[in-house]
Amino acid sequence: MTSATAVDERVGVPPSPAVWCSGLRKRYGKQTAVDDVSFAVARGEVLGLLGPNGAGKTSVIKMLLGLVRPDAGEVLLLGRRSSDPRSRSAVGYLPELFRYQPWLTPTELLGVHVRLAGVDVPAAERRESLALVGLVDRADDRVGGFSKGMQQRLGLAVALVARPELVVLDEPTSALDPIGRVDVRDLVLSLKSRGVAVLLNSHLIGEVERVCDRVVILDQGRVAAAGTLAELLGQREVRLRLAGVEARAEALLRAAGPLARSGDWFTVALAADDDGVTVPDLVRDLVGLGVRVHAVEPVRISLEERLLGILRHAEVAP
Amino acid sequence: MIALTVAGLTLREAMRRRVVWALLILTVVLLALSAWGFSKLIGLDTDLGTLTSGEARLVASLLINLIMFGFSLIAAIGTAFLAGPQLAGEVESGQALAVLARPVRRSSVLLGKWLGLVAFGCGYVVLAGLAQLLVVRAVVGYWPPAPASGLALLAAETVVLLTLALLLSSVVSTMASGIIAVGLFGATWVAGVVGGVGGALGNAGVERVGTVSRILLPTDGLWHGAMNAFQDPIALVQMGQSEGGFPFLSEAPLSTAYLVWAAVWIAVVWGLTALSFQRRDV
Repeated sequence: MTSATAVDERVGVPPSPAVWCSGLRKRYGKQTAVDDVSFAVARGEVLGLLGPNGAGKTSVIKMLLGLVRPDAGEVLLLGRRSSDPRSRSAVGYLPELFRYQPWLTPTELLGVHVRLAGVDVPAAERRESLALVGLVDRADDRVGGFSKGMQQRLGLAVALVARPELVVLDEPTSALDPIGRVDVRDLVLSLKSRGVAVLLNSHLIGEVERVCDRVVILDQGRVAAAGTLAELLGQREVRLRLAGVEARAEALLRAAGPLARSGDWFTVALAADDDGVTVPDLVRDLVGLGVRVHAVEPVRISLEERLLGILRHAEVAP
Repeated sequence: MIALTVAGLTLREAMRRRVVWALLILTVVLLALSAWGFSKLIGLDTDLGTLTSGEARLVASLLINLIMFGFSLIAAIGTAFLAGPQLAGEVESGQALAVLARPVRRSSVLLGKWLGLVAFGCGYVVLAGLAQLLVVRAVVGYWPPAPASGLALLAAETVVLLTLALLLSSVVSTMASGIIAVGLFGATWVAGVVGGVGGALGNAGVERVGTVSRILLPTDGLWHGAMNAFQDPIALVQMGQSEGGFPFLSEAPLSTAYLVWAAVWIAVVWGLTALSFQRRDV
């Protein structure tokens, strides 16, 4: 984990994180799209935004970038309020709904974006951005003739061209083939190695799991869970096949962690900070109560299972 | 700086769209046809006998207004349909997202788009109008009394309409904004004609229709000013006041107060557009 994350946890607000937002709220008519969302992305950190369709991920991103006006809440980008356009001087953005002026060539488009960003980027460096996404051979063709995947690659080049300190990628691989997805993963990792903060919204959990330092899970417009991957995935489960379980034994199982039962199988979720003695102690105590232990299996939770668990739990909760 | 970048982008868009070249070809065809038509005026057999060159010039001065109206209509439709996609279209397609996420004020982006459209619309009207005047001079030898202010008023009319189209584009969809803008332009022109007829008939109530519509949307008022600058002053005398309702003759030049009002109108509508665009979620 980066040291910046540690700062984040200790004081709440580190000095000028890449993104800081608090209490974001947005309603569209009667529909509440975003409800009291707060999180921060430290400099050089890669944060994944996860959640089902309609969870409010894109709305949150648009509020961060000043594209959508929040009904309530505050946003700071790179230390400036988002109401100040200069807060976006070092921000690169690939929208989910990407479309670029079809009458321009990639070279011209990057030129326009460099001027809009107010950064002096020499032509050779702009060409490098195109090379990075594999479009250097098409640099002088009209964007209108590009496939969806090529337009998305171009969008990545647009997001990266003006030397950003924060890159916001909204579904960056939605139109890409498997090779393109690997390219994006490498790109995010190279940004991270250069100290560029990345906010990544993606449906592909595997992608998020591989590159993100921390994850914020949104559901129905609210933050359902947030934390480092270790915090979210560190939680392990243990599955036990038991016979002769009575009330006292069940109470013992419940004391070890949240319990789920399916026939003979009992699943106990262990705390993230489990020091490794819970399971042997539990087995010893169960045997002491006369329970017959047929099997004890450790279960490692993937981010996908964790996400589904959180979302299903949220559905039951209200 | 941002505004100039966006203006350049808007102009480049106008130039690279095929519709613009279609517009150009249409204009050249119209110019050629009018040259041929005007050349037939001299020596034309009518019920009153053959037209002398003096009479031909008089008719030409009326026809200039008719053709100029054609140009202003082309410019109106062209800019209204170019302005429509600028805000509504770019927001709908997602093109606006990457641009507005840059460190830019939305008012600067709007100013840039407006300047680009103004340059395009005015450039078209002035060049096409000037070409038409030169064609008429070459063929029948007529030169209007105030060509510069006439073309300037024609350009101002275009600016009024494209400003309106931009405002509409910030609140309704692409096609709707173009259609409403052109519809209002036409309605104001018809109201102006109705008002003119009312004036000729001495009906103050009907005449007020034209006056009020010219205040609400200054396109028709500016158009009357432009006609007055293009037409032969003798035409009014010859047609007489009773023919005041004729839609391609204007009785008086524009007052300074009206020109000021047109400028205020443009500023107010621009301000409303900026306000509406600023508050819009994209």
